[in-house]
Amino acid sequence: MAKGNAAPARTRGGAKPTPAPEFVQLLTPEGERVDHPTYSVDFTDAEYRDLYRDLVIVRRLDAEATALQRQGELGLWASLLGQEAAQVGSGRALQPQDMVFPTYREHGVLYCRGIDPIMPLGLFRGVDQGAWDPNEFKFNMYTIVIGAQTLHATGYAMGVAKDGKVGGPDGEAVIAYFGDGATSQGDVNEAFVWSSVFNAPIVFFCQNNQYAISEPLERQTRVPLFQRAAGFGFPGVRVDGNDVLAVYAVTRDALDNARQGQGPTLIEAYTYRMGAHTTSDDPTRYRIASEVEAWQAKDPIKRVRAFLEKQKLADDAFFDQVDEEARAQCIHLRERVLSMPNPAPLTLFDHVYADGSPLLDAEREQFATYLASFEGSEH
Amino acid sequence: MSRIKEFPLPDLGEGLTEGEILKWLVNVGDTIELNQPIVEVETAKAAVEIPAKWAGQVSAIFHAEGETVEVGTPIIAIDTAPGAGPVDEPAGRPAPSAESLAAVTVAPAEGMVEPGMTGGGRTPVLVGYGPRTTAAKRRARRTDGSESKATGGSESKATGGSESKATGGAANGTVTVDRPLAKPPVRKLAKDLGVDLFALTGTGPNGSITREDVQEAVRPAAPTAAPVAATAASFGPDREQRIPVKGVRKLTAENMVASAFTAPHVTEFLTVDVTRSMRALDRLREMPDWRDVRVSPLLLVAKAVMAAIKRYPMINSTWAGEAIVVKEYVNLGIAAATERGLIVPNIKDAGRLTLRELADAMTALVTTAKEGRTSPADMSGGTFTITNVGVFGVDTGTPILPPGESAILAFGAVREMPWVHKGKVKPRQVTTLGLSFDHRIIDGELGSKFLRDVGAFLTDPEAALLAWG
Repeated sequence: MAKGNAAPARTRGGAKPTPAPEFVQLLTPEGERVDHPTYSVDFTDAEYRDLYRDLVIVRRLDAEATALQRQGELGLWASLLGQEAAQVGSGRALQPQDMVFPTYREHGVLYCRGIDPIMPLGLFRGVDQGAWDPNEFKFNMYTIVIGAQTLHATGYAMGVAKDGKVGGPDGEAVIAYFGDGATSQGDVNEAFVWSSVFNAPIVFFCQNNQYAISEPLERQTRVPLFQRAAGFGFPGVRVDGNDVLAVYAVTRDALDNARQGQGPTLIEAYTYRMGAHTTSDDPTRYRIASEVEAWQAKDPIKRVRAFLEKQKLADDAFFDQVDEEARAQCIHLRERVLSMPNPAPLTLFDHVYADGSPLLDAEREQFATYLASFEGSEH
Repeated sequence: MSRIKEFPLPDLGEGLTEGEILKWLVNVGDTIELNQPIVEVETAKAAVEIPAKWAGQVSAIFHAEGETVEVGTPIIAIDTAPGAGPVDEPAGRPAPSAESLAAVTVAPAEGMVEPGMTGGGRTPVLVGYGPRTTAAKRRARRTDGSESKATGGSESKATGGSESKATGGAANGTVTVDRPLAKPPVRKLAKDLGVDLFALTGTGPNGSITREDVQEAVRPAAPTAAPVAATAASFGPDREQRIPVKGVRKLTAENMVASAFTAPHVTEFLTVDVTRSMRALDRLREMPDWRDVRVSPLLLVAKAVMAAIKRYPMINSTWAGEAIVVKEYVNLGIAAATERGLIVPNIKDAGRLTLRELADAMTALVTTAKEGRTSPADMSGGTFTITNVGVFGVDTGTPILPPGESAILAFGAVREMPWVHKGKVKPRQVTTLGLSFDHRIIDGELGSKFLRDVGAFLTDPEAALLAWG
């Protein structure tokens, strides 16, 4: 791409048009419950409170990880700040049998899957390669390559269908997460084609956080992203990604369609990355403060709190207790990160082949001999 | 574990080696909480706040704002148990000198020092992806004899240079060198920067020349010195200096070549009496609400350009191959000489600004540029540029068009000159304007009329404003 002052600015009538997207919304930024003709949720009071707790804890754990990176304890961190509702809403809509294919930013979904939040920190600290068991939690490894996981998910979903696990309320659905930037990748478009043609039980969950690192959405697409699904022959829907209720309702619906054998759905969760792309990025270099402020008013957590307060579903004691719980989890997380052991050099060979290989065994022997040549070596 | 903990600057962005302290958010003696922002640091990638790693009391701050600090160097010390009475170690040791810091961070990093030498002092922490809890030292091999001898040999080889037999032979005692001691990466750096190692005194182990010594040698004496200006010391033995073409210099070169060989340039000159403009500026400066505003002749030139573009919109256009794109908005570029080189940030939609808004925008633009904080967005999309060569004391020039623009105005020095005024030769404030334009779009007639109008505005700004609105 042309950079800097070589590229003439493309302006249409001066100011950039403010997008006012049509999307599914059940909870306004002010905390008002609104109805939608197709989608609804029916939560108990306790379930509403649980959603709030999830959102707060996910945000605070994320902030702690960012701080740990700044303190030299993690090599890198991809913050989810601002995208909590998209992740918690979709994560809580999953059934235990559903399979998740995440990017490297899905810490909130990971949390909803019941995986210890320390797991991604081990990866970003460089002491392991992601140490959770994807099969145990039905949550695949974080994928760093942009969009690659959508093809993995499509293949997996086609396998699920071939295994006869779709076609009823207990069927298995697959969900693939990706961002707005990934929609420009060939992989994602190929995944759309294959899923559509083979009617794979998959939900494509796009968190449109408006930026592919520094590239704004208008450099990715000329049509709203959810409309792309029509061209591939399956439904697309846009949801207010900062509305945890709407995200839950839309995702649950799409997953149910998939598990019933109705094929793929594209969900565009319209949200905003409040922080940097990763800790190596400085968003102030490519976006303006007023834009960030406008999105602050649409904060996913504030609106749930406002709703709980207006409906008198929770009191100050509850909010304090959630804060305290989040604080305790952060301290616990920090202590465990600081005491994570460095991996033993020979563990390098552990997960290469399930049943080993003669060449690998020989190389392990060589490396062990080399390590043993040092004084005081433990290995 | 000591209760006074020193926090080393971490690698904030995947492989960075240093960061600049922008601003301290805490002072010595402050009580701080865990994760409280303590300092703003700018790296090559981002300006970020660092949160405190421990709660406690700040017992020392080792680096002032504006200093560039190597990754792994302690920047702050925190007493993690301030209520627990006096410390048995000095609270807040004296700030280390540059030499001692350099020695600490450089020496162990590349394993030059024998293991025993790092035992006594402070344990250096090289933070990259997580801190190292042990000194960075080469582990001893189990096998003795040949291995350990090889270490000694390779060291003298690496430092002394393998070509010199004499150096290699003097393995014990003092080493007589016919070449200065320096590691290969340092030699490479010196070569790249055109530094003569013979001219330096090494501050590293055994008097070897360190990376810092080389960098110190090329650091300009005064911060205002132009980075490109060659000094006597920076010439090599061949009396030539090679300056790598990169960054702003490279971009400037590419843009200038691209422009000079695609747009056929024409340049015209006009010398005008700007005495009235200078008086108008004086009056402006005296107005109460303009008191704190930076008012320069460049401001009126910018205003004159805006007024003239309104009359001749074709000046503000782009050659787009099949079509000429004429723009209603003017993104006014101001060429600024900065320490990084020439950059041309622009004021977006400058035609809509009042004179006061224009003045503020120009001040902000120049300040940002001088601080090196101009964003790519500020530099893209320019439609017309003014280059103020007068600040260098010259009369005019034949400026080259920024790519994508069709005209550029050079504004020369304003000098007191003999001038025929109302039939008599009088001392008047006079300047020369130089306008380059793209002859594919702009013919001599249009270019001349535009330049004449800019001149007319500066000759009598009040009349021009009244006549042209």
